[in-house]
Amino acid sequence: MRDYNKLIIELSKEGRKAYSIPKNDVETVDPEKYIPENVLRKEDPKLPEVYEVDVIRHYTNLSNKNYGVDTGFYPLGSCTMKYNPKINEDMAKLPNFANIHPRQPEDTVQGSLELMYELQEKLCEITGTDGFTLQPAAGAHGELTGLMIIKKYHEERNDTKRTKIIVPDSAHGTNPASATAVGYDIIEIKSRKDGSIDLDELKGALTDEVAGLMLTNPSTLGLFERNICEISKLVHEAGGLVYYDGANLNAIMGKSRPGDMGFDIVHLNLHKTFSTPHGGGGPGAGPVGVRHDLVKYLPVPVVGKKDDKYYLDYDKPSSIGRLMGFYGNFGVLLKAYTYILKMGASGLREASEAAVLNANYLQSQLKKEYKLPIEQVCKHEFVLSGMKDSDVHTLDIAKRMLDYGVHPPTVYFPLIIDEALMVEPTDTETLETLDNFIEIMNKIKKEAIENPKILEEAPTTTPVRRLDEVQAARKPKVKWD
Amino acid sequence: MNPYLPITPEEREQMLKKIGVDSIEDLFCDVPEHIKLKEELKINDPLSEMEIRRRFSELGKNNKNIDDYTCYLGGGAYDHYIPSTVGHIAGRSEFYSSYTPYQPEVSQGTLQYIFEYQSMLAELTGMDVMNASMYDGATATAEAALMALRIKKKRNKIIVSKTVNPDTIDVLETYCHFRDIELEYLEEKDGETDPASLEKIDEETAGVIIQNPNFYGIIEDVVHISEAAQKSKSLLIMNVDPSTLGVLEAPGKLGADIVVGEGQSLGIPLSYGGPYVGFMGTTTKNMRKLPGRICGETVDEDGKRGFVLTLQAREQHIRREKANSNICSNQSLYALMNTVYLSTMGLSGMKEVGNQCISKASYAYKKLLETDKFEKAFDKPFFKEFVVKSKVDAEKINEALFENGIIGPLDLGKINEDMKNHLMFSITEKRTKDEIDKLVEILKGVE
Repeated sequence: MRDYNKLIIELSKEGRKAYSIPKNDVETVDPEKYIPENVLRKEDPKLPEVYEVDVIRHYTNLSNKNYGVDTGFYPLGSCTMKYNPKINEDMAKLPNFANIHPRQPEDTVQGSLELMYELQEKLCEITGTDGFTLQPAAGAHGELTGLMIIKKYHEERNDTKRTKIIVPDSAHGTNPASATAVGYDIIEIKSRKDGSIDLDELKGALTDEVAGLMLTNPSTLGLFERNICEISKLVHEAGGLVYYDGANLNAIMGKSRPGDMGFDIVHLNLHKTFSTPHGGGGPGAGPVGVRHDLVKYLPVPVVGKKDDKYYLDYDKPSSIGRLMGFYGNFGVLLKAYTYILKMGASGLREASEAAVLNANYLQSQLKKEYKLPIEQVCKHEFVLSGMKDSDVHTLDIAKRMLDYGVHPPTVYFPLIIDEALMVEPTDTETLETLDNFIEIMNKIKKEAIENPKILEEAPTTTPVRRLDEVQAARKPKVKWD
Repeated sequence: MNPYLPITPEEREQMLKKIGVDSIEDLFCDVPEHIKLKEELKINDPLSEMEIRRRFSELGKNNKNIDDYTCYLGGGAYDHYIPSTVGHIAGRSEFYSSYTPYQPEVSQGTLQYIFEYQSMLAELTGMDVMNASMYDGATATAEAALMALRIKKKRNKIIVSKTVNPDTIDVLETYCHFRDIELEYLEEKDGETDPASLEKIDEETAGVIIQNPNFYGIIEDVVHISEAAQKSKSLLIMNVDPSTLGVLEAPGKLGADIVVGEGQSLGIPLSYGGPYVGFMGTTTKNMRKLPGRICGETVDEDGKRGFVLTLQAREQHIRREKANSNICSNQSLYALMNTVYLSTMGLSGMKEVGNQCISKASYAYKKLLETDKFEKAFDKPFFKEFVVKSKVDAEKINEALFENGIIGPLDLGKINEDMKNHLMFSITEKRTKDEIDKLVEILKGVE
């Protein structure tokens, strides 16, 4: 079945139909007589003509070539691929939530608005912030929102010379890209060997041209930034704001809050920390929280409450403006809300504790055969630097894991670690799964010593083997003929 | 015990021992004491599934859904029929529980549907290359403006028609403001882009943005706008509704350099405004200026056809601050829904949906004008949406309709003060003659 290798268009035969809609029951208007000739379609688009069973079998066969969290262990560092509870999916499909038009009058959507309002409140408490927007569609969109808020804050103070954002070299690629997208220049500062901020580097970079600092904590190496309070103090003293990239919140829920660490602006990845599925690349949701004096800058609309009525608040003269066509990825927000209801305060704390326990357990066992560049307690993830006693490449290790039926960790990120393998087991795995992973990693180590060719030729059991990416880029074929 | 946290207390002790620490707290020794939370977060206690269902049932009672009410709202989100195939395929967790396809050997399902999605959208829009999706139609439009500036490096102006969806314009304004991009407007006249304002397009203009059909449902005179853009070598950015493209000319044939739009009308539930999915495409010439992911066909070591993410040197994880865009996560699962929708509807289905929209909207328009309660607001060909001017107070109309199980048209007066008592009806293939006749009958009685 996994050999299935057809495109849907290759199943097409003229006249086949997979749909049925009722016959038109009003007078037919002939588009050719009604629509101006020069905007009328002349050539048919090449779309499939197939039966319903063809559609279902085709995409079912494609699904069989995919690996998801529901298939198995997915320790993809920085991505928090935890199990996605099924109740989330069920709630999102309820007609009273799925079948609501975004332009319905507020009186007819009080349930949706109440849910959003409550979620805003819960996220404020979880992060130690004072106001939230649920609008951003993804983490990077949240970063964009946060940076616009930073820019607006300085604009309103007429502090126009602040044109730079500081980003450590260990940061996610989205951080510098988002700062560029709102017109900032980047100052990249070198991290110390353990991935933490070098205070001297930071002090050297802080001038009256700096608008803010973007930071992930725990860092992308999975380590808590011990000097975080001093860092935020330094940035504040220099007149800048401190931005929290929430990719790694799964390590600290209920243990410590970005707001209490001195962060002014926080984005969350609901599709990571709050168990909404990643959907093969999205949709996510990247809500943004801010401290009290920045609430006025949040994008319009935010959900307000007055006398037991919920409403969309557009009356925010200092707002940065609108960032989505409507109110954000509501269906994703709803799933995160469901998860928070399910977990409660104690459950969120326990999830972070479990994520940290599992990561430290794997780290303690894997460091025997793999290089661990920084020997200390990690948070929810850790980074290995290739294998001990062997110079096989991380890529080959990752590809061999596919043959053993587990998804590899994130590879070659963060950039500051050589041959990086970034392992994030998350909170939802059993001890057997973790032990099985250790066993696989050790087997691969043994293979690398005894017969490294096995790794170089891997994978051999997957639906396709290694793909020619050079050809794909040199002669791009990005649609069917 | 929490069912999603499967480590038992005994296992925890074993694990801590192997790590070489005494307690979970020892694993948090790196968090400074004064920023450690001393008590639980002040949110809800854990709820069972049953309690969660009850909570949703309570909340849901305060929503009115469009299964129970007939919906005439549009303005960027539409009540089209969604075939059963869409939910069943998108509900397969091999698709929805996977991450971005960074390991292509175990992601061929995702990669191939992206390739098929790009192909079908390219066919519909007449473009050479589409990306793997954007957040929604509005953000795709803003990204198209930024892309135009990347192509026309020496220019710093974007011109947008006032007949574009006002929420899309709002998003565009936000993006442009923070990049110091000059934004100008083509005026609206009789419901379409005012031909007289086309002279604003000049040598400083990187891109001209129009929507077709426009916000008011009217089919724009694209050819003339396209010519005006070409004259000053500005890029034409067209925001289109893909559900119209079985009938309307492909934007690529009309001179569009960048095509964007909202994919909600292709099989995506209304879901109070999201998730939806933006699409974006361009010509081969400008391929490397596109933001976002692109999937390409290639072969594996055995020569077997396969798919990978390609042209990644445009993207943030490689190029960082020099990337085309900061976009990382997109709306992949919703691109799958578009793909399954288009596979199900096929060529004839897309034509049928388009034709029924035109016929039913024309029927409703005619019937409403016959009541004497309404007059024409504009007199231009429209697709599935139209505007009429009401002689009765708009709020009264919507109240009366709601009492009769109808979520009425969009009250444009609430968006634009100049359009008091202008109502915009959206009529999809889902509406029946009986429903439209009932609508008209109720409106006849409103005073």
